[in-house]
Amino acid sequence: MAEQASADDVMIVNAARALGQAAADGRAVCFVGIGLPSTAANLARRLYDPAPVLVYESGCIGSKPTRLPLSIGDGELGETADAVVSVPEIFAYWLQASRIDIGFLGGAQLDRLGNINSTVIGSYEHPGTRLPGAGGAPEIAASAGWVMVIMRQARRAFVERCDFRSSVGFGDGPGDRERLGLRGGGPQLVITDLGVLEPDPVTCELVMTALHPGVTRDQAVAATGWPLHFADDLAVTDHLGQHELDALRALQEA
Amino acid sequence: MAELTTLAGAIAELVHDGDTVALEGFTHLIPHAAGHELIRQRRRGLTLVRMTPDMVYDQLIGAGCAERLVFSWGGNPGVGSLHRFRDAVEREWPHPLVLEEHSHAGMATRYAAGASGLPFGVLRGYVGTDLVHHTSSLAPITCPFTGEQLTAVPALNPDVGIVHAQRADRHGNVQLWGLVGVQKEVVLASRRSIVTVEEVVEELEPRPGAVVLPSWVVSAVCEVPGGAHPSFAMGYSVRDNAFYRAWDDIARDRGTFTDWIGQHILGTADFAEYRRSFAADQEAAARG
Repeated sequence: MAEQASADDVMIVNAARALGQAAADGRAVCFVGIGLPSTAANLARRLYDPAPVLVYESGCIGSKPTRLPLSIGDGELGETADAVVSVPEIFAYWLQASRIDIGFLGGAQLDRLGNINSTVIGSYEHPGTRLPGAGGAPEIAASAGWVMVIMRQARRAFVERCDFRSSVGFGDGPGDRERLGLRGGGPQLVITDLGVLEPDPVTCELVMTALHPGVTRDQAVAATGWPLHFADDLAVTDHLGQHELDALRALQEA
Repeated sequence: MAELTTLAGAIAELVHDGDTVALEGFTHLIPHAAGHELIRQRRRGLTLVRMTPDMVYDQLIGAGCAERLVFSWGGNPGVGSLHRFRDAVEREWPHPLVLEEHSHAGMATRYAAGASGLPFGVLRGYVGTDLVHHTSSLAPITCPFTGEQLTAVPALNPDVGIVHAQRADRHGNVQLWGLVGVQKEVVLASRRSIVTVEEVVEELEPRPGAVVLPSWVVSAVCEVPGGAHPSFAMGYSVRDNAFYRAWDDIARDRGTFTDWIGQHILGTADFAEYRRSFAADQEAAARG
C-alpha cells in the first residue's frame, strides 16, 4: 500500500473490526468514551452495515457525526442523534437498565485483572499525577453487557495492580463481579497498539491472544507490567486493508 | 418570579463568599460569563459543584475562588489536563482544594434527588471501586422489596445553581434545547438560581424537545449574548474547539494564566468587554 499504517492506526482499525463483528451479530449498542474509543467507533460506523449504534454520555443516542468530535458534547453529536435525552436519563434509563451492549473505554492504567485507573497516579491524598477522574466509566464498566478497552500498551500503563481502582474489571479475581453484584460481563477484549488481550476463562487474567503483524512476543512482554501469558493458539491480526486505512484518514481529515 | 437583571447585579445579590455554587452545562450551555463575573467580584471560599469541571472551573480554581470541589470528571475534553485544577490538587496553588469525588451517574442521581426534594438518591454504582474508600458521601443501602444491594448518595442542594440557556421571555420563563444535560435538575435543586440567556424575546415559541423552566423557579435571568463561549448554545453558536486547545497553553503556566485572567477578566468590566478583549487577542495572534 502507498501509505504505511502507524501502530495507532492498526489499534483503531482492529477495535473498529470488533465493533463491526458485534454489529453483524446484532448486539452493538455502544456507549462511547471520547478519544480513541470515539475514533474507533466512528470508523466502524463508516466501514460496516449494519453499523454500531453510538451512545454518548452527553445524552446522545444513535449519533452519526460526519467528523470526529473533540468532546462528548460537540453540537454535531446532538444534531445527528436519533434521540437526545438528559444526563440523568442516559445513565439511569439506558445504562443502568442494561440497554447498552458494549461499553467502550480507555484509561491511564489497566491491571492484569482488567481494572481501570483514570483517577490518580500515586496515592489519592498526595497524587504524583492527578488524572481527570472516573466520569461515566465506573457504571459503564459495571452495567454494559461487556466492555472493550482500547489503550496503548506500555509498562507504566499495563500494571500488576492499579494505583486507584476507578472502574472494576474482574476486581480481585474469579467470582468477584458476581459477589459485587455487577450485572455486565466485564472486559472481554483489550485492543492495544501491539495486539489483543482477552481474559482467561478460569483465572480472569488478561492474556495476549493475538499480535498485530510484525509485533514480537518480546515486545509485548516488555510493554507489560505483569508476567504476560500468551494463548496457546496465539493469532496474528489481519493486515490493514487499503479501504480501512482510507476510511480512517477520511474520518480524521473531515 | 425571576428578576430580569444584569449579570453583575445577579451575582452580587445572589452569590456570597462561602456559598455552595453549581455552574452546570454538559459541554453545551456552560455559563462561562457567570464564571468570569464570580472572578471579577472576587468571590472566595466557594464550594464548587459540577459534573465536569472543565475550563470554567479551571479559571475559578486558578483565580483563587474555590475551597472545595464536588465533581466527577476534571479534564479539558479531547485536549488533556486541567492545569490549574492539577496545580491546586498536586501543589496547593493558589491554595489547597478539598475534593469530594463521584461518578457521573452518582452526580446525576444526586441532582435528581435534590430536584425531587428527597434526602438521597439511589443507583447501581461505585461498588468495587476505590471511590468507596475515599468519598464519604456514598453508602450501601438494601432495597426493602428485593434485598438487592444498591448505593445511596445524598441529594445535592446548592445555595446557587447557574446555567446558560438559549432564551427567556420578558416574564423570565426560560427555554433551552439540544444537549440539555442536568440544567433542569440543577435549577430545581438549588435554593437560588441564575440563568444567563442568549436573548430575551417577547414570546417563547414551542420547540420540539425543549425544556422550559417557569419563571417562578428561577431567581434571576440575565441577557448575555454568547455567554457560554467557548462552550456553545445550539442554534446560536458552535463550540470554539480552537480555544479549548489554546487554553492548554494559557493554563499550563501560573504566569501566563494570571496574565490572561488579569487582562481579559479582571481587566474588563463585563462580558461584552471581555468579548472585545478576547477578539482583539485572536486578531493579534492571527497577524502573528
